Order: sequence, then structure tokens, then C-alpha cells
Amino acid sequence: MTTDVAVRAVGLEKSFSRRPAVRGVDFTLRRGDCLALFGPNGAGKTTLLRLIAGLLKPTAGAALLREVDVRRDHRARGAVGFVSHQSMLYPPLTALENVEFAARLAGVPSPGAAARTALASLQLSALSNIEVRKLSRGQQQRVSVARALVHDPAVLLLDEPYSGLDEGGSQALTTLLESLRDKGVTMILVTHNVAEGLALSTLAAVMLDGTLARMDTRPATGFDVAAFASSYRSLAGGHHG
Amino acid sequence: MTESSPAKPGPVFDWFLFLAVALVATAVVRALAFTPYEIAQGAAQKIYYIHVPAALSAYLALGIVAVMSVMFLWLHDPRADRLALAAAEVGLLFTTVVLVTGPLWAKPIWGTWWSWDMRLNLTMFLWFLTAAYLVLRGAVDDEAMRARFCAVLGILAALLIPFIHLSVYLFRTMHPEPIVLQPGPPKLPAEMLYTWILGVVAFAVLCVALIRARYRLEVNRDA
Amino acid sequence: MANPPGLFTAAWIIARKDLAVELRTRSAFLSVLVFTLLAIATFFFAWDATAVASIDLAPGVLWVTFTFAGLMGLQRSFGMEAQDRAIDALLLAPVEREAIYLGKALANLVFVGAVLAIALPALAILYNLPLLVAITALGPVAALAAIGLVAVGTLFSSMAVNTRLAELLLPMLSLPFFVPIVMASSQVSTRLLAGRPLEEAMPWLKILIAFDLVFVVACTLAFPYTLEE
Repeated sequence: MTTDVAVRAVGLEKSFSRRPAVRGVDFTLRRGDCLALFGPNGAGKTTLLRLIAGLLKPTAGAALLREVDVRRDHRARGAVGFVSHQSMLYPPLTALENVEFAARLAGVPSPGAAARTALASLQLSALSNIEVRKLSRGQQQRVSVARALVHDPAVLLLDEPYSGLDEGGSQALTTLLESLRDKGVTMILVTHNVAEGLALSTLAAVMLDGTLARMDTRPATGFDVAAFASSYRSLAGGHHG
Repeated sequence: MTESSPAKPGPVFDWFLFLAVALVATAVVRALAFTPYEIAQGAAQKIYYIHVPAALSAYLALGIVAVMSVMFLWLHDPRADRLALAAAEVGLLFTTVVLVTGPLWAKPIWGTWWSWDMRLNLTMFLWFLTAAYLVLRGAVDDEAMRARFCAVLGILAALLIPFIHLSVYLFRTMHPEPIVLQPGPPKLPAEMLYTWILGVVAFAVLCVALIRARYRLEVNRDA
Repeated sequence: MANPPGLFTAAWIIARKDLAVELRTRSAFLSVLVFTLLAIATFFFAWDATAVASIDLAPGVLWVTFTFAGLMGLQRSFGMEAQDRAIDALLLAPVEREAIYLGKALANLVFVGAVLAIALPALAILYNLPLLVAITALGPVAALAAIGLVAVGTLFSSMAVNTRLAELLLPMLSLPFFVPIVMASSQVSTRLLAGRPLEEAMPWLKILIAFDLVFVVACTLAFPYTLEE
């Protein structure tokens, strides 16, 4: 039974050694939504993403993927793909081996073929058989995206995926994310690049000190980048991480 | 996980602790000055009045660590973790006393510093495990992770003890030692028995008092 | 549509990945192997083989060396996951946490087994043990000892990698647990090498088997608590 709600955060809270990182976050994303999440360093964006992915246990509240609590059902994690600024790759293995391993572990039928397809979608076919440690930072980042996509996740979480990418790489990534969004993949994108984030997203939010200070829906005419950027600057002005 | 209610800070040094120290002092003085010498072993035997009570108290403290470890993983209550820490530190103190007094007693009586004595070998393991527990505590920065790791170690250590016991016992039965004297569990005449009992009780009270004081210290730190 | 693998299938996939990484670099295996052979040789020179029969020394040497070599091998087990946060990818996968433990323990077992496969014959040759007896007697005991070592060591390796003193902590935590394994293995080996009947070694063998059973289960259950959350 498919539900239209892809991601739901319900009163999410997380503290580390009694320091709160996320302090009560609620939102709902429908299938195909793309949430661009902005905020200064230390605002709790990475922690929020990790909570939704099921990597962290909330101190209160719950993160639901397609209405299933990720912490209670390990199989629900199969719906998530996660890209962070660390590659999550094994340097001694090749790009293909890394992505194939991820496919196998997710239970993808024909993991080899799926891995090749995923690498091709990021123009990495030529680098398939090169050990990851020999690739550039940007190339590693793209392999990491391939790894996150190989099992066709319904929800894609991206934590500053553009870091380390050059102009061409960024362009390719944006094109890929656009096509995924059009296919109905739900996304949360953490980025410092306001223009890029707003171009892709259907929702834009600013996170400050562990809570969502604002959440805007995309107007029919598209986001006013300049207006958003200036209001973001004034919001974030007094909250440097 | 938020605490249900903050623990109330209390005085670390209070009447109970002083009473416990006084009790132990009494027991030691009685042992040294007011208890007759044992014929065969002479003065060295008096260490016995400290060695055995310290061992029993050490087992008590470390038993608390094991139980609190289970409690923590089951209930996620930070108080269980704090109590385990307090008991572990006190336990280390008492096991050190056992390991120091043991050889001091053994050398004049048995002619060797160390032997396959059950208690001594088991206590040595407890010392290493407790030291590892405390080093682990110091090496983890995140509170929740620290408590979880130590609880796991506490439970695994409790599972290990029967194996140590069995191994040492099996080794002993296969290698009977040439012992000149057999100072086993004493058939003590009344005077000595009272001293021994006083020692056991005094050390146990001190153990509890120290754990309580250390626990309060930890509560004060966390508050 | 993806169908996530079950516990043992997932463990097998992870074990294969660990071994693939190991085969690609080989550095850990070679350093552990060289250390083991050096240690065996050093003990040989340290003891006067005319004073004590080498057949009596051999088991002790083997098990002590095996313990320290095992520790060296275990260090890398979770080290490879920490490098680029690859552990996160494992935690994101739709498999039970226990599969990570079992998979890594299995890979560690193969690693230790491979070292032993070379070290045992080397020991037998250097200490003049009857080769066939040595391998048939010591082989199974080594396998049982390895299971216990790997069960406990894999768990503590997972903990240690999250701490500041990882290289110190792994030995500190593990060695008290290795002692019953070493004692039991040593006692069984000595008797078997001396040609004693198996019944004499049985009590020690039982301790070893019981240890393995208890700690494989306990460590599998405890493993999820050693992860970041």
C-alpha cells in the first residue's frame, strides 16, 4: 500500500551529552517534494538528516519514512539513500566494487548491472575499475552519489553534496537531481548555495539553533532568490555557529 | 533520554562516612593490638583480618557494577550508570588492598609471593577488568555512549568470572601445591572470630559509605 | 524491487567485502604474519631447548603469540570503516545490526585462520613437533580458540574505534577475556602433543567450547550497543 506521505518528522529532538542539537522539528514531505535546508554551521542540519536516515536515535519524537519508524524496522531503511561530505567508500576497492557492495547489501537483483547503471548515470563508467583512493575528491563524491542511488531509493538525503565538486560536476549533479525529482523521488538537500538549492526545491527551510525558523513553499512563479537570500542573511545574522 | 527528575545534590562527606572510617579503624586496631597471635603463623596472620574483609567488600562493589550494568541497558537510567562508576572506583581500591595484602601474607606463611590461590588470582582479574572499565570511561567523550560501553563491559566481565574461576580451580586441582601450612578458612577461636567478623562488617560498611560518597560526588558534578 | 538480505546472507556479503579489502591491501596480513613468525622464532632463541623439552614449550609459545597476533589483526577490523565513515553506509543498509558483527567476525576468523595456517607448520618445524600430530591436534584447538578470540575481539574493536585511546583500549579490554582461551588451549595442546588420551583434555576442552558458545551469543547481542546513535 503506497502512501503519499514520504517523510514525516514528529517532534524530533536530539541531545549529545545534554547539549541539544535538534530541538523539536516537525514537518511533512509528500512524494516528489524537494526540501532545501539552509542554516549556519552548527544549526543542527546534519543531525536532523542523520535522524531521518535512522543513523541516530532521537531523544524524543520520531522520524517516519513512508509512515514507518526507521528505528523500529530495519527494512524501512531500504527506502533511503544518503549522501554526505564523507564518501562512505572503501579506498582500496574500485568504484564498481564499492557500488556493487551497496547494491548487494540492499538486496538489489543483479547488483553488478545495477552498479554499472548507477555509475553510468554519473558519467563514471570510464572510472569503474579504478580504486577509489586513486580518484579525485570530486570523482569520489560522484561515486558516493552512485552508491546512494543504486538501490532506487524513494527518499534521498543529501548533506552538502556539492562540496568538492567543480563546475561541470555540480552541473551534472543538479541535472541528475532534477530528473530524480521529476521521477517522484523525495529529497532533502542541505546546501549553502542558495541559488542552486532554490532552483531544485519545492520547499525551502532555514534551520537555526536546532529548530526550523521558517518553511516556505515554492510559489508558482518560482522562488525569489534575492528576497530569500536577504531574509536568510538577516535571520542567520545573529546566529553564527 | 531526559532524566525524570534531577538528583538532589547532597554532602559528600557526612556522618555515615565518618562512622564507617571509625569502624574500620576500630577493627584494625583491635586486630593489631587486642587480638592474640595465632600460634603457627605469628604476626603475619594479622593481615588476614584486612585481606579477607577487603576481598569480600571488593566482590560486593564489583557485584554492584555488574547489576547496575544490566539495569542501565534495561532501563536507560543514568543513575544506574553513576552508581556503577562509583562502585567501580571503590572496587578498584579494595581489590588493590587485596592484591597488596595477599602477597604480604603469603610470603611469610607459604614461602612464595604468589600462588594458585583462588581468591588472589580471581582478584587479580577483577583488578584488570576494573582498571579497563575505568580507562574505557575516560576514553569516551559522549555521555550516552560512555554509559552504554561501560554497561556492556560490565556484563561481559560478569560472564567472564565463572570461566576464570573454573580455569583457576581446574589448574589447582591438577597441580597441588607443596604447602607447608594450610591456613584455609579459619576455625577461629572466639576472640579471633569476633575480630574477623568485625573486620568484615566494618569493611562492608566502609565500602557502602565510599560508594555513596562517590555517587554523591558524581551527582554534584552532573548537576 | 529490492529485497533486503536476511541476517546470515548480509553477514556473508559483509565478510566478503572485508576480505576483498584485505586482499587488495595485504599490508595488515603480512605484518601480522611476519610478527607471528618472528615471535615464534624469538621465543625459541630465548629458551634453552636443552633445559626444557621444546614439545612442552611449543603450546605456550603458540598461544601467547596467537593472542598478540590476533589483537594486531583485530585493530584493522573497524579501522577500515572509520576512514571515510564507511560504517555509516553499513548502518544505512536495510540489514540488522547483528549482521555487521557476524560478517566482520567471520572475516576476522578467516584472517586469523590464514595466519595460523602458516604459523602452525612453522612452529612444528622449529620446535621439532611430529608434524602430522601437531596439525591434527593443534588445528581444531586453534579453530576453537580463534572463534573465542574473534568473538570478543570484534566486539571490543567496534567499541575501541569510537574512543580516543583505540590502540591501548583494545588490548586492555580483550586480554582478560583471552586468558581462559589461552589457558584452556594450552592445556589441551600439551596433553594431545604428549600423546595423552583425549579424556584427559576433556575438562579444558569443555571450558573452551563453553566459552565460545557463551561469548559468541553474548557479543552478538551486545554489539548494537557499541554503535554510535
